[in-house]
Order: sequence, then structure tokens, then C-alpha cells
Amino acid sequence: MCGIISVIDRKKNPMDGSAIKEALSLMNERGNGEGSGYAVYGAFPEFAEYYAVHVFYDNLIEPKTAVEEELEKLGIVKHDEQIPTFEQPNLKKRHIPWRYFFKPNVMALGTTASEEDILVYLMQKVNTTIPGALIYSTGKNIAVFKAAGWPEEVADFYRIQDYQGYIWLAHNRYPTNTAGWWGGAHPFNLLDWTVVHNGEITSYGTNKRYLEGFGYVCTMHTDTEVVAYLTDLLQRQHKLPAEIAFKALAPPFWDDIDRMPEKERGFNTALRMTYSPAMMNGPFAIVVANSKGIAGITDRIKLRPLVAAVAGDRLYLSSEEAAIRVMEPSPDRVWMPRAGEPVIGRTE
Amino acid sequence: MKNTRIIDAKGMHYTPLNKEIRAAIKEGITEIILENVNGQRFIGNGLRGDNVTIIVNGVPGGDLGMFMSGPTCIVHANAEHAPGNTMDSGTIFIHGTAGDAVAHSMRGGEVYVRDSIGYRGGIHMKAYKDKYPALVVGGGTRAFLGEYMAGGILLVLGRGTDQCPVDERGIGTGIHGGELFIRGEVPDHLLGIGAAKKPFTEADREKIRPYIEKYCREFNVDEPELFSDEYVHIGPSSARPFAGKYCWE
Repeated sequence: MCGIISVIDRKKNPMDGSAIKEALSLMNERGNGEGSGYAVYGAFPEFAEYYAVHVFYDNLIEPKTAVEEELEKLGIVKHDEQIPTFEQPNLKKRHIPWRYFFKPNVMALGTTASEEDILVYLMQKVNTTIPGALIYSTGKNIAVFKAAGWPEEVADFYRIQDYQGYIWLAHNRYPTNTAGWWGGAHPFNLLDWTVVHNGEITSYGTNKRYLEGFGYVCTMHTDTEVVAYLTDLLQRQHKLPAEIAFKALAPPFWDDIDRMPEKERGFNTALRMTYSPAMMNGPFAIVVANSKGIAGITDRIKLRPLVAAVAGDRLYLSSEEAAIRVMEPSPDRVWMPRAGEPVIGRTE
Repeated sequence: MKNTRIIDAKGMHYTPLNKEIRAAIKEGITEIILENVNGQRFIGNGLRGDNVTIIVNGVPGGDLGMFMSGPTCIVHANAEHAPGNTMDSGTIFIHGTAGDAVAHSMRGGEVYVRDSIGYRGGIHMKAYKDKYPALVVGGGTRAFLGEYMAGGILLVLGRGTDQCPVDERGIGTGIHGGELFIRGEVPDHLLGIGAAKKPFTEADREKIRPYIEKYCREFNVDEPELFSDEYVHIGPSSARPFAGKYCWE
């Protein structure tokens, strides 16, 4: 059990983090204080062209030196800073969060790698070979704030009310299958993708092996990570439109496919067979974002809650309607999306 | 004579809120109005009292009226998951929609939802001695309606739905007691394992009439077709639908 909430302003009007903190806190019953986090798109307009590489350091000597050597090899750092934090009575600062505004050099690996490929390489190199350093976010103009604590504590620890953006995602964790730790807190980010997730991916093993075949390495000890990588693979690398990519992750049942008209049946059969190892099983409600929008989806038999609401230019997705009403007391429309059918809100 | 207490629940946690409700009932208050409710779970849990009415203004959190025994609870908003969870007796009226697992494991009393509900409505409802729970849904429902149902009655009026009010799979999966009545057509492939269609008789029509009357009265609905239309009657195909699945005899 976890709590999720996300909002997009389709006209890209900025929102600060104070409202989503209140909304997430309303769902404290869904968490246990071992992980909360927030992500915001549009957070760094002055460095919008640079990848905001977020790192948790255990200390500022060996791991930091090693990470900065990698960064230097792979590109240039325009600016870097310790992420400002503010002591909270019940939140132990176990890691030192740092951010780099980084531009990769596409020639750095001596291959045809793109900027994105270099970021993926950097994240995996650091997370698998440098002890005491964890890259947990690499997106342009995206800030991620997470730690082991309750929603209010983590929000106040980073003072998220000081940040503004047009998309927010927030998550309140109740760890069940793996331990609660800073890296295991949501949201999970890779490049332009950010994911928050309530539930469990019981197909984790299958999905992980499939992703490894494409060079992804799972390092966060939690199932949600595969959602970010599967989304990156299907949407960025395979260039599937969002609707089709989500259908591949949560496809219709075979008996429903059998009842479809011929053309639709042929397409869905091909999609299920092609992406069979990418199919996600188990209970889940997920919100995936990129800089162009947000999408919410649940597993096919709806074992986790998801509520959607629209108010003016804003689309809200959350585990609970009441959380949405903290941010927007009178939405124009509130509804419960069907299982397996994505609700998508795009910027204009 | 009504003896009313208003409680402003704005920003209040559910524990002190429920304490205040209990204290009011102890003092002899018979009508409690909760203002500015938003997301407080477990309202009215385990509450006893046959002559008590609780009016909820705002969206209550999950498990409204769980284990409740006697009171009437009227919600003027949508409800979240599992209102009426394991309720014993009393009535819940929801003037809006409700989330998943409405009337979960309910063993007595009645839940009326004006509009639609989510997935697994009436999951594992059961009857016990003279207890006979009822879930009445005004709109439509999603998949796995009446899953593992063991007793009681589940009535779907399908108002405002143009096709089958339950257009998703698994109706009555694993049902081994109780019965469902769904207004309109239900294609056979939507029935779950263990569920079977039964004849809809005049006796059945008489049986569901008082529930429809109560629904119409509470929600101010005047639609004679609710009484005259055909309903699909669904019940268990056997008392032990999974006898061959887990047992070797």
C-alpha cells in the first residue's frame, strides 16, 4: 500500500510545492514514514538545457571525487551545488544530496551514443561501481526530492514550497517487499521519465531480465525501477506512442482479444506476443510523467486505486479523491479510470 | 425530538473525530453532522446505536461504517474505498459515487449508493442468522461484482448507463451464496466462475421492490421503470464452486 498524487497544468502555469505536500500528507495512512518523495518539471529554467544529475553521497570525499571524474570524462558541468536541506527533528540525514547541471559530450564514448545514452551509461556506471554514490535523477529541468521519512518531513527537509513547476508527482511509501531507504523512495527518474507507483510488480524478474538484454541495469532494489526503464525502452527507444506503450505493459486478456474484431485482434495479438516479457503483472497503480505530460494506469484487474479529476487546465491523478480535493476543492469532473486504460494529460 | 450536534472535522485526524462522535452518542445526541470532512478514514467504525444518524458533509476516507451496528450514515459527497466493510447492521446512504470494494464482507445492514461504484462491489458479502445484507447501486459497477459472495442481496439499477450496467468481467466469481439482480442485459461471458443466471420471477420482483423504494425515497428518484423493467438474476451454480480446485476427495 502506498499513496500517489500527481498534477499537470496543461498551459504550463507554475505551481509551488506547498499544495501537493498537504495532499500527500492526507494519505499518511498509506505510508509508514520510511519513504516519501516529490518530483517537479520546470524546476530549473535557468539550466533548462542541462541534465540535472541528482546524486546521493554517503560522504564528500571518495565517492564525490570518483563521480566528478566520470562527469569530466563524459562532458561538462555548468554548475553544481549541494541541494539545500533543512534539519527536521525526526528525519535522519543519511545521505548528502547534490545536483550537477551537466552537458554530455556525444563523442565521449567514441561511439554513436546519443546524449541520453551517455546519461544512462553514467548512471549505471556510478550506481554499479562507485560505492557511496547513487544517481537518482538525470532529467532536464526536473527536480527530485526524496528521503526516508513522512511526506511533511521530506517536503520540509527540502523546502519544496520554494520550487515551482507545471508537473508535480508525489509518493508516500509503505515498503513491503524491499527495505525502506532513500534510494528506494519514489519518484524514480530516468532522463525525461519519472514514475510513482503503488503496488508491486510481481513480474519484476521477467521484466528485469528483458531490460538487461537492452543494457539496463537495476540498482535500486525495488520493483518500480523497471517501470521507468520499460517506459524509456518502449517510448524513447522503440518510439511507441504512449497509448500503445501502456497497452503493451498492461494488455487486454486473451479471452477479450478473442472477442475483438479481426483487425484489432491481430494488432493486440502481435503486441502481446512482441512485448510479452515487458508485460507487468501484479497489483499496481502508476503515474508516469515526461516533460510533455502525465499518464496514470492501473493493473488489468484493478488491484490498486486510482482517481482522476479535471479542474480548468489541470489534470489530477491520485490514490484518493480526498487528496485531490486538498489541492482543488471543487474539480469540474472526478472519475475512476477503468483498469488497464491510461488517463493521459498533455501540455498544450 | 432531534438532538443535534455539529462537529467541524476540518483538518481533524480520524481518531479524535471518532472519539467525539462516540462521546456525543453517549450524551444522548441522535443526529451528528460532520462538516468539512475530507479523507478521514474509519468514520463510525464499530459504532452502536439504533437511533443515531450521522450526516457526513464532504468526502469520507476509506472503510466508512466498518463494523457499524445500528446507526444511519448519510454521505453528501462521493465515498472512497470499502464503505460498509464488515458492517453488522444499520444503513449507509451515499449521495454520489463510491470506490472499490463497496460493502466488503458486509454481514448485515444496507448500503445505498446513488451513482456508480468501482471494482469488486459486494466482495464476500455474507448473511448470518437473521442478518441479511443489501447493497443497492443506482448506476453501474465495474469488474468482479459480488466476488466470492456468500450471502445477502446485491442490486444494480443501472441508471444512466446505456448498455449493461456491469460491462466488465467476473460477475459473481466464486459466488457460493446470496444473489445479484442487475437491470438490463448481461452477456454470458461476463459471468465469473461459479456464477449462473437464474429465472427472474414475480417473487424476485417483490423481493427487490422495498430496496428500490427505499433508494427512490432517499435520493428523490421517480422512475417507474425501475420497478417494471426486467432484471437479470444471478446466483451460485453450486455451494462449492472451487470444490475440485483445492480439495482431493
